[in-house]
Amino acid sequence: MTQAAATEHHAPVENTSTGLNSRKLMMWAFLGSDVMFFGAFIATYLVYRGKSLVGPYPSEILDIPITSVSTFVLLMSSLAMVLGLHYVKEGQKNKGTIWILIVVVLGAVFMGFQFFEFKTFAHEGLTPRTNIFGTTFFILTGIHGAHVTIGVIWMAILAYGSHKGTLRSDNSLDLEIAGLYWHFVDIVWIVIFTVIYLISATDGPPLGVGPTIVH
Amino acid sequence: MTTKSLTFPQAFPRPKSSSGIWSWLGTVDHKRIGTMYGIVSFIWFIVGGIEAMLMRLQLSSAENDLIGPEAYNQLFTMHGTTMVFLVIMPLSAAFFNWLIPLQIGARDVAFPRLNALSFWIFLFGGLIINASWITGNAPNGGWFGYAPNSGATFNPGMGMTYWVVGLNVLGVASIAAGLNFIVTILNMRAPGMSMFKVPIFTWMTLITSVLIVLAMPILAVAGIMLMTDRVYGTHFFNSLGGGDPVMWQHIFWLFGHPEVYILILPAMGIVSEVLPTFARKPLFGYPFVVFAGAAIAFMGWFVWSHHMFTVGLGPAANTAFSISTMLIAVPTGVKIFNWLGTLWGGNIRLNTPMLFSISFIAMFTIGGLSGVIHASPPTDAQQQDTYFVVAHFHYVLVGGALLGIFSGIYFWWPKFTGYFLNEKLGIANWALMLIGFNLQFAPMHWLGMDGMPRRIYTYAENMGWESSNLASTIGGFILALGILVFIINVFYSKMNKVIAGNDPWDGRTLEWATSSPPPVHDFDEIPQVQYRDDFWFKKYPETISEYYHDEHDLVPKGALLDDETEEASPVVSGGAEGHGDDHGHSAIHLPDMSYYPFILSFGVAIIGAGFLTNTYVIGAGVPFLLWGLFGWSMEPVNDPE
Repeated sequence: MTQAAATEHHAPVENTSTGLNSRKLMMWAFLGSDVMFFGAFIATYLVYRGKSLVGPYPSEILDIPITSVSTFVLLMSSLAMVLGLHYVKEGQKNKGTIWILIVVVLGAVFMGFQFFEFKTFAHEGLTPRTNIFGTTFFILTGIHGAHVTIGVIWMAILAYGSHKGTLRSDNSLDLEIAGLYWHFVDIVWIVIFTVIYLISATDGPPLGVGPTIVH
Repeated sequence: MTTKSLTFPQAFPRPKSSSGIWSWLGTVDHKRIGTMYGIVSFIWFIVGGIEAMLMRLQLSSAENDLIGPEAYNQLFTMHGTTMVFLVIMPLSAAFFNWLIPLQIGARDVAFPRLNALSFWIFLFGGLIINASWITGNAPNGGWFGYAPNSGATFNPGMGMTYWVVGLNVLGVASIAAGLNFIVTILNMRAPGMSMFKVPIFTWMTLITSVLIVLAMPILAVAGIMLMTDRVYGTHFFNSLGGGDPVMWQHIFWLFGHPEVYILILPAMGIVSEVLPTFARKPLFGYPFVVFAGAAIAFMGWFVWSHHMFTVGLGPAANTAFSISTMLIAVPTGVKIFNWLGTLWGGNIRLNTPMLFSISFIAMFTIGGLSGVIHASPPTDAQQQDTYFVVAHFHYVLVGGALLGIFSGIYFWWPKFTGYFLNEKLGIANWALMLIGFNLQFAPMHWLGMDGMPRRIYTYAENMGWESSNLASTIGGFILALGILVFIINVFYSKMNKVIAGNDPWDGRTLEWATSSPPPVHDFDEIPQVQYRDDFWFKKYPETISEYYHDEHDLVPKGALLDDETEEASPVVSGGAEGHGDDHGHSAIHLPDMSYYPFILSFGVAIIGAGFLTNTYVIGAGVPFLLWGLFGWSMEPVNDPE
C-alpha cells in the first residue's frame, strides 16, 4: 500500500532508451556545459587574484555582511523552489503559485542587492576598467547575475502558468527542469561567494605595490 | 490532447509546404538540415581553399610581392578560422544530422527545432566573420587569436572584433547541436540497441558531442574576455592593468586541444564504418575503438600546454604535458591497429570510399607521428612556429579529417540521394587529392626543419627554400584540381544517374535498411535491433556463429528476428518534442515545421552585429530573440488536426 502510494508520486517512466525524459537529460548536459563556462571564469579570477596594480583592492571595498544577506536570500529561493515543485506536483495550485512567486521575489531581491553593490562599487571608484580585480569581479558576478535574471524571468512565466492552470501536476516536469537550472545557479553562487568574498576579503595590494612594501 | 496551454499569436501561418524556399526556412527534418549544413560548409570550404591558394601563390617564389604582409595575415587567419569552424566542424555536423537518426533507427533527432536553430545560427556566425572582408579589415591575429596581440592596443582595427563575435555566435550553434546529439543518441535508440550495439560512427558522434558541449564554453569565455577587453576596455589580457599575456594561451588551448579531437573523431568514425563494409568483416575490436575514442576525449583535456612549450612554463609543466601528450598517442595507435586488423584477412573491395579511408589511415599515421615528435619539449623548441608544425597539422586535418569526410561523402552519397557518384571521376578525385596533398605538405616538413617560419608572408632568396615552396604550391593546385573534379562529379552524377538502391555497398548498419533517399519519416517501421551490425547479420544469419561465440552477446531467443512483435508498431520512439502526441494510434507523427528557429537565430545574429556596431543594434535584435523564444516555447510541436 505504502509502496503503491510512493510509486504513484514518481514520474512515469519515459518511452526513451534510457527511461529518462529527453528534456531533463538535455538540461543536465547543458548544466555540464555551464560548469565549464563558469569554471573558466572562476579559474581566471583565481589566477588573477591579488594581481591588481592599483586600488580599490578587495579588502577596501568588499562588504561581506551585506553580501552574506543576499547570499542567504538566494539560497532560500532554492528552498522555495523545492516547495513550489512539491505543491505543483501535489496539484495544490495556489500554494504552488505562491512558492514559485517567492522564488521570483527572492531572485529579484538578490538582483537588487547586486545592482546596489555594482552601483556602490562604481561610486567608490571600482569599475571593470579600474584594475584586474574590477575586471574579473564584474564580469564573473555579472555573468552570474545574467543567469539569475534569465531564471527570474523563466520562473515568472511559470508562476503565471501555474496561476492560469497551464502548469499542473501532469506537466510539472517543466518546473522541475527550470528548478534544475535554478539550483545550479545557486550552487555556482556558493562557489563565487566563497572565492570572491570569503577568500579574497583580506586581499590588499600585491607585494611591492602601494604603501606596504615588504623587504 | 485537450489540455490548456498558453498560446502566442502567430505572425505568419505555420509553414506547411514540402517544397520551395519556405519549406527550407521552416524545416525541422534532420536530413534537410544535414543537406544545408553540407552545402553551406562546402561553400566555405571553397572560400577557405581560395585563401589557401592565394597564400601558396605568394609563397611560390622568394621575395614575392603578390600579396603584402597585411593581406597575408588576414588570409592565414581566415583560412584557419574558416577551415576549423566553418568547414570541418559543420561538415561533420552534416554527417551527424543525416546519419545519427538513421543509424540508431529513429525518426528524427530528439529536438528537431533546436537542430534547425543550430544550423541557422551557424549560417549567421559564418556570415558575421566573413562580413569583415567587406570592411576591408578582416581578422589578422591567427585562428588562435593570441591576446594581447589580438587586443585593441596592438590590433586596433575591427577585424578581431568580427572574429571574436563570430566565434561566440558559432559557439552557441555548436553547443546546441552537441546537446541535441547527446540526448538523441542516449535516448532515441531503436528497441534492443544497447550502447554497445550502436554503430561506431554514432559512438564517435556521441564522444565528439560531449567534447563540443564541454569545450565550446571555454572558447566562449575566452571570446567574452577578449571582446570586453576590445570593446569595453577591461584588463583580462592587458599587462598594464594587471592582466597576464599568457592567460589567453591557457584558456584558448584548453579549448583548442579538445577542439582538435572534435575535428578528427567524426572522421575516425566514418572510416570505422567504411573499412568493415568494404573488407566485409566486422570492425576489429569494436570495444577497443569505442574506449580508445573515449580515452582520447578524456586525455585531450590534459595536453593543452604542449602548444606552449616555448612560453617558459618551466621544466615541471613541460615534462608533465610532454608525458600526457605522448600518452595520448597510445589510444590513437590502438585505433590504427584496429583499422589494420579490420582489413586483415578481409575480402577487400577497392572503390572510392575505401581508397579515401585507406589513405586516411596512412596520412593520419604520418601526421600523428610528427605530432609525437614535437611532444618532446626540446624538439618542439626547434619546431615551434616553423613549417614543420604546419605540415603536422595539415597531415592530421587534411590527410586525416578531410580525407575521412570525403570517404564518407562517397560512401553515403547513394543513401543521401539515391544514386552513385561516378566511380571513375571519384578515383580521379582521390588520386589528385592524395598526390596534390602530399606534394603540398610533405616538403613543409623539411622546410620547417630548415627553419622556415610560419605566418611570414615571404622569405629571402638565398635560403634554399624556393624549389620546395614551388613544389608545395604546385601540389596545392593539384589538390584544388581534385576538389574541382569532385564538384564536376557531383553535377555529372546528378545528370547521369546510376540508381543505387537501398543497400548498394552490402552495408552493415541500419541506415542501409531504409530506402535511398530515405522517406521523410526515415523508417516505415522502427527496426528491432539484436546485434551489433544488426542489418548485416539479419541479411546473413549464417555468419552470426562466426562472430558471436557466447550467448552473452545475444538478446534472449524468442525476441529474435520476429518482425511481427507488437513493439515494432510504428509510433514515434519517444521524441522529446513528440511526447504526448502518439497516444493510442499508430500513425507516424513527425514534428511540424516551424519558422521560430530562423527568427531566433536572426535575433542572435543582429545582437552579434550590435557588438560590432553600436548598442542600439543590440536592442534591435532583442525583439527578434524574444519573438523567437516565446513563439517557440508556446508553439505546439504538432498543430491539432
